Amino acid sequence: MAILEKNFECCQRDELGQLQLERLQSSLNRAYKSVSFYRHIFDQKKIVPEDIRNPSDFRHLPFTARHDLQANYPYGMFAVPLREVVRIHTTTETSDTPTVIGYTRNDLKNWANLIARFLTAAGVTDEDVIQVSFHYGLFTGAFGLHHGAERIGASVIPASSQQTDKQIRIMQDYRSTVLATTPSYALILAERLEALGIDPKTLMLKKGLLGAELWSDKTRRDIEQRLFIETFDSYGVSELMGPGIAGECSEHAGMHIAEDHFLPEIIDPLSCEVLPPGATGELVLTTLTREAFPLIRYRTGDVTSLDYSPCACGRTMVRMQRVTGRTDDVLIVKGINILPQYIETILLEIEGGVPHYQIVARRDHNRDSLEVRVQVPENVSFDEIKYQELFRERVRTTLSHRLGMRVEVKLLERKTLEDELKKSGKVLDLRLL
Amino acid sequence: MLILKNINTFYGDIHVLKNVSLHIGQGEIVALIGANGAGKSTLLNTISGIVAPRSGRISCGGSDITGMSADRIVREGISQVPEGRQIFGPLSVLDNLRLGAYCRRGSGAAQRIDDDIALMYEMFPRLHERREQLAGTLSGGEQQMVAIARALMSAPRLLLLDEPSMGLAPMVVSEIFRAIARLRDQHATTVFLVEQNAKMALKYADRGYVIETGKIMFEGSSQYLLENHEVQRAYLGRQKKPIWE
Repeated sequence: MAILEKNFECCQRDELGQLQLERLQSSLNRAYKSVSFYRHIFDQKKIVPEDIRNPSDFRHLPFTARHDLQANYPYGMFAVPLREVVRIHTTTETSDTPTVIGYTRNDLKNWANLIARFLTAAGVTDEDVIQVSFHYGLFTGAFGLHHGAERIGASVIPASSQQTDKQIRIMQDYRSTVLATTPSYALILAERLEALGIDPKTLMLKKGLLGAELWSDKTRRDIEQRLFIETFDSYGVSELMGPGIAGECSEHAGMHIAEDHFLPEIIDPLSCEVLPPGATGELVLTTLTREAFPLIRYRTGDVTSLDYSPCACGRTMVRMQRVTGRTDDVLIVKGINILPQYIETILLEIEGGVPHYQIVARRDHNRDSLEVRVQVPENVSFDEIKYQELFRERVRTTLSHRLGMRVEVKLLERKTLEDELKKSGKVLDLRLL
Repeated sequence: MLILKNINTFYGDIHVLKNVSLHIGQGEIVALIGANGAGKSTLLNTISGIVAPRSGRISCGGSDITGMSADRIVREGISQVPEGRQIFGPLSVLDNLRLGAYCRRGSGAAQRIDDDIALMYEMFPRLHERREQLAGTLSGGEQQMVAIARALMSAPRLLLLDEPSMGLAPMVVSEIFRAIARLRDQHATTVFLVEQNAKMALKYADRGYVIETGKIMFEGSSQYLLENHEVQRAYLGRQKKPIWE
């Protein structure tokens, strides 16, 4: 399989180390000069960027966490003035303050390039027709794939979040050869194809570029068999750039991290100690080339491990294993990050505030759904079904509206809910069972 | 080819180079751009051994050259064209070139030196025309050619150029830069050049570094640096209108 940028993707590890050092130092210099948040941290720790001479010095720097970004909403973390920013995205997380991410022209170029690397690794060429079935909007997924695909000259169909039947029609009529979407939507498509009696072998579809969600090997086999495609896993974090940070090659043995643009570390999420290569822990990433939005030691919250052994494909860039979980209680449903605290805030705002709740994510027929279990409020008597129903409906519409997705609400008696909470905690992800 | 790791250079108490790391690959033209006093010449002088770094490591082709004396470094294959040419004015062009080969000895060296002088004349025909003329009487552009040719006479693996465009007419500057590009293309010479004329430097260089008060602020391909707003504003003279932040 072709390699787009051999001089970077296959460069010797010691050369890569030198490049990373140079880029890290200049990135720290820029962050210190232009981002007051980082200048403050450096000053507080009484260090200057030039004190960072090797990876062990680097470990003295504090981490950047999601709440740091939120505290600097909207533009506090930008390292360049707005007139140099040519694109703005936000994170998918549903809370009142999302993270606003800026890109300069060079940032966009690098982004498209990294996606193009991943597409090339997956064997996508200018002969291919890519159907991008990610939602085009503030989220990074769709635009990342879009520009990378254009960069290699593939024909891009911005199918976005059209209805499933329309997506299938596009797939049939426009002869899409590559599908870029989330694993769960790939399954929905498979299901719909089966319901419509369309044999996937009659489609031109060859490959699936899937990401933005946690998924298992079982789901993967399921998708590959039912859509009759080869799938390629990719990894991205909106705060750092979006998709393209890591992508699988044809060996399907982990995702190559673009180490010339991002410096990975694995830490113990509790002690924050850096773990040796191969250990499983939280992935921490530092941007090396980002101009508008440099991040130092950003805690992704994603649990994985790194494999530095050489890959059969010839690339020397480290491989990360598929993300197996989160270190925080963020729930990813339909590609949207949901913070339980946010649901709590909304519930408290609703009149007749509810102290107890449980969030349940489940997957029925490959469709993710979110259910919030709420206690029957004291002021609504239990036998007044009509009032109960009104209350349930109000909670349901408010949550659905604020989270931007369909939410089911179930009312439970106080005792039942308390038992449930004791048994399985505030957040119950039935998809992982 | 050349690798610098965490170089810190001081003039007395003044910290001039702050943790500079960079690399230059075989056959590359790499430009270092920055304003007056940013530390550009100090960086070149540190590489060529005129100033010793207080900490950090410099290696050339795998061997450590940190702290070596300037003449040893020339023998290691690094030759510098100093800022303002610094040619020997009272000597002829030919003698200037011969002096550049001072460290080449041994059997057959004389013949190889003569071959190289012929090569220099081929590259800079004007020097051939004026080979007997005293170097001090040449025009600025011609003097720059003498300075470059003299540095090349030590048959360097790496050529360091300090402000080759300084004080020269734009036409002459392009001529000099074309000669530098030819060196890379035809003789695979590796070039590290320091320039205030960022536009010209990035036009011919493969990659570049931007230095600001002794610190490297950007690294990347020339194309990448030309697209960078900061570089455009500070070094390429765009957006000259005052902007209120």
